[in-house]
Amino acid sequence: MRIDKELVAASATPLVLGILSDGDLYGYAILKRVGELSGGGMQWTDGMLYPLLHRLERLGYVSSSWGTSEAGRRRKHYAITPAGREAFADRQEQWTVVAEALRQVWHTAQRPPAVVQGWA
Amino acid sequence: MEHAELEAQIDRWRGYVQRRQAISPADVDELEDHLREQVADRQATGLDDEEAFLVAIKRLGNLDAVSREFAREHSDRLWKQLVLMPEDPADAGAPPWRELAIVLALAVGAGLAVKAGLTWIEGGGVLARNLGLLVLPFLTGYFAWKRRLSARVVVGILVPFAVLAVVLNAYPFASGGSTELLAVLHAPVVLWLLAGIAYVGGRWRSDGRRMDFARFTGELVIYFTLLALGGAVLTGLTFAVLQLVGADLEPVLENWILPFAVPGALVVAAWLVEAKQNVVENIAPVLTRVFTPLTIAMLLAVLAVLAAVGGLAEVDRGLLILMDAILVLVLCLLLYAISARNSLAPPGVFDVLQLVLVAAALAVDAVMLMAMLTRIAEFGFSPNKIAALGLNLLLLIQLARTGWLTVGFLRGRRPFTALERWQTRYLPMYAVWAAVVVLAFPPLFGFA
Repeated sequence: MRIDKELVAASATPLVLGILSDGDLYGYAILKRVGELSGGGMQWTDGMLYPLLHRLERLGYVSSSWGTSEAGRRRKHYAITPAGREAFADRQEQWTVVAEALRQVWHTAQRPPAVVQGWA
Repeated sequence: MEHAELEAQIDRWRGYVQRRQAISPADVDELEDHLREQVADRQATGLDDEEAFLVAIKRLGNLDAVSREFAREHSDRLWKQLVLMPEDPADAGAPPWRELAIVLALAVGAGLAVKAGLTWIEGGGVLARNLGLLVLPFLTGYFAWKRRLSARVVVGILVPFAVLAVVLNAYPFASGGSTELLAVLHAPVVLWLLAGIAYVGGRWRSDGRRMDFARFTGELVIYFTLLALGGAVLTGLTFAVLQLVGADLEPVLENWILPFAVPGALVVAAWLVEAKQNVVENIAPVLTRVFTPLTIAMLLAVLAVLAAVGGLAEVDRGLLILMDAILVLVLCLLLYAISARNSLAPPGVFDVLQLVLVAAALAVDAVMLMAMLTRIAEFGFSPNKIAALGLNLLLLIQLARTGWLTVGFLRGRRPFTALERWQTRYLPMYAVWAAVVVLAFPPLFGFA
């Protein structure tokens, strides 16, 4: 299943912040985690993750540090900051409202639209 | 070396990505790490090198789109990209020689305007009032052409310009009065704001673009100084040679060379900043690092001298004006340093030094304010004092907030961008104050 670009973009920030609140990670590992969480349903364009991470860093939601990988390569690790946790909590509230509204819409939409059938 | 081909492919990819101005070398390292991880994971599922590399590259996404995304995030890098790499040479329009021709025409035009002013405008005061009005339209015109301003923005620049021109010439200033001098000093600030609106292509709300304009201003000063130095050496040598053979260059220098060279150099310097940003960009951080400690030393020396003198009420008026100039200079240095700094870099020694600079400037500003208030209490109000007081209060607010935000940044409470945003949001206040001084002060104080 392909998920809408807009939906991916809107959910990217809370996803990344949520994944980082479980512990520091580097870019590739974040993407892998996104894949796992969505059962492979969410496929990001890998390259787009980095501008997003840099934006979160500029906003002060995450901080970064350079380390080395097992293979000895330079690797940039990201960690969530207190401001990032606040932003995450804030996003969570917003999404809860959206999800609740959607849940009710799904619920009503599943019922057969009786009146319309009468007119048909 | 069974993976030699893969290494060569990654190397080629690196070279290709590095050519993108918006992606810094550190970002390429980060992307390469990602690419290699992806390749390793694909290999683990049984793909060979070539297939794994292809999948990894494909998943990384269209490089143009990714690079654009990087550029959007790092607008300071985009700034370079805008000028150095027109996205598509085919539709970028103006070939380089045409831009050069327009720049030279504008430079000559600015020279002609100044020369005409010198020839036909009588009275030093009237000329001084109009000097900015004669030169800056050419600079603004260059950006209006370069950024292809919309008609609305052009009108938005022309109307305030016209108002300023009318006010500066229609007000019945008393000859040699202080409101006239204040208008002469403050009008260029308003004009510079208008040039800034043209520079940012009408996107004056954007913090990033405003910072670009601050950066541009700093770089313009450097280029202009370099041009002036070179010009001075050339003129000096010519002068010496001609003197030996008995010809006097001075009238020519005064009447022709300077009126054309100075405004012309300003326009050319603006074009150089646009075209060669890369060159100076490497100097800017160095310059700010050299001059920040020196400026701190100067401020501390000034403070010590002021403290030793005591009795601030007797302080000469000239000193107060000079101190205002020093504080404005400090502020320019601060702004330039902030604009040259990578906003993602963690706090460092230099940021502490910057805080010391702000603290020293605040101390000097506080002393100045005290001196001014004492003078006002003793001798009453005058246009000069109110103008200086207003400027000092503006400086005080900016310095205090800058210091506060720097402390927050050093303690890891705030990102550096908070500091940047504060600077760019506050800057227009100076132009607003300058407009008040030019427009409202003369009638308020009877054009004295």
